[in-house]
Amino acid sequence: MNVQYERYQRQILLKEFGEAGQQKLQQAKVLVIGAGGLGCPALQYLAAAGVGTIGIVDNDVVTITNLHRQILYSTDDIGFSKAERAAFKLHQLNPDITITPYNFRLTNKNALNIISDYETIIDGTDNFSTRYMINDACVLMNKPLVYGAISRFEGQVAVFNCKTDNEITPVNYRDLFPHPPKDGTILNCAEEGVLGVLPGIIGCMQASETIKLITGIGKPLLNRLLTYNALTNQFYELVLSANKETAALIPKDEEAFANTDYDWLCSTHANNNFEIDHLYFDALRKEKNITIIDVREHGEIPAINEFTHLRIPLGQLQQKASSIKGDIILTICQSGVRSAKAARILSAKFGATKKIFSLQGGIINWKNHQLKQ
Amino acid sequence: MDVNIISFGAIKDITESNNSVLQNINDTNQLVHQLEELYPALSNIKYAIAVDKKIVSGNTQLYNNATVTILPPFSGG
Repeated sequence: MNVQYERYQRQILLKEFGEAGQQKLQQAKVLVIGAGGLGCPALQYLAAAGVGTIGIVDNDVVTITNLHRQILYSTDDIGFSKAERAAFKLHQLNPDITITPYNFRLTNKNALNIISDYETIIDGTDNFSTRYMINDACVLMNKPLVYGAISRFEGQVAVFNCKTDNEITPVNYRDLFPHPPKDGTILNCAEEGVLGVLPGIIGCMQASETIKLITGIGKPLLNRLLTYNALTNQFYELVLSANKETAALIPKDEEAFANTDYDWLCSTHANNNFEIDHLYFDALRKEKNITIIDVREHGEIPAINEFTHLRIPLGQLQQKASSIKGDIILTICQSGVRSAKAARILSAKFGATKKIFSLQGGIINWKNHQLKQ
Repeated sequence: MDVNIISFGAIKDITESNNSVLQNINDTNQLVHQLEELYPALSNIKYAIAVDKKIVSGNTQLYNNATVTILPPFSGG
């Protein structure tokens, strides 16, 4: 056993693990997104265990309210970048591994690029828009996602998008929660509080699942969601299965991913900019609870046979608006002018209770793009 | 038929319990309808439903003494 391996001697002693397991860890590349309550303990154990390459994405700075649960940081770190402080401290813990801090927010413009450099992704984020974005990115790029989330005294852990030997379609976050909740309906730690040790427990479970995935030992939480309650010390496990309908919610390629507005999907803020392009339109029309309205006069051509829609001419819209169902309304017309007017009329009526959009360039432009594909 | 309900997270606050029994329920649609009538705040949040610990999508038939789990998403990290 060489000197470097002495550090890992106690885990190499495990017969299921051995030197082969250590070698797999050394060659592994793990990206931890969010260096907060979940990310810190996950990072500490993964670095200590000898994961060879670790990336840390976080654009936040350490605040005093973080310190009761993010115990990788100390009081001196307040005001400094989390990604950079975490990288520094992990290097002190284990100088033999490569640690890369990404001190910026993960977005749909940079996510695929960063994720492509890693093999296993850990979700330690604190908001739904990033969670849905990471999930969709991992599905697009075929990367296993070790998911963890917490609320007050409870936590959830699962391994998503990881192929099993028995050819069962891997599940992802959208098989559990297909659509993001509306803004403000589910509170985060800053709003509802969290017991400091809880993310410690859940983050350690994420590290443990990651080590199991990399080394191939034990039974990772594939197609299973584990919930834990710190107050009662109860674990509760649910079985997940892949759902064809939710697969349609995930952007089909990198271009569609880059055109998906995850912040918007997770919020109900009134949007005054109604116009969307054909790509965004295509991503949206696969959502549930959506109503597409053609506001042209009856008999106008070209006819639309490609998707289900209602036909309410612009002049009748005001009077028929209250009968329109669905959380999202997409208006279309020939060139996009009348549909923009329709979107304004509907927005004035529904305010923020519905999300309303108009297809830029109209059905003519949309059909042209369909022909090009 | 009787259905046992187990709820998690914020849903426990709404139903004021993590464990309850509802009567005369045949399927998950009926269950959701009755729950949202009893607890109107439920209709504002999204949640996953599991029958006998298996997450279901769409309306699912229930049987006497089935256990239904109601699980909200957590965002915290």
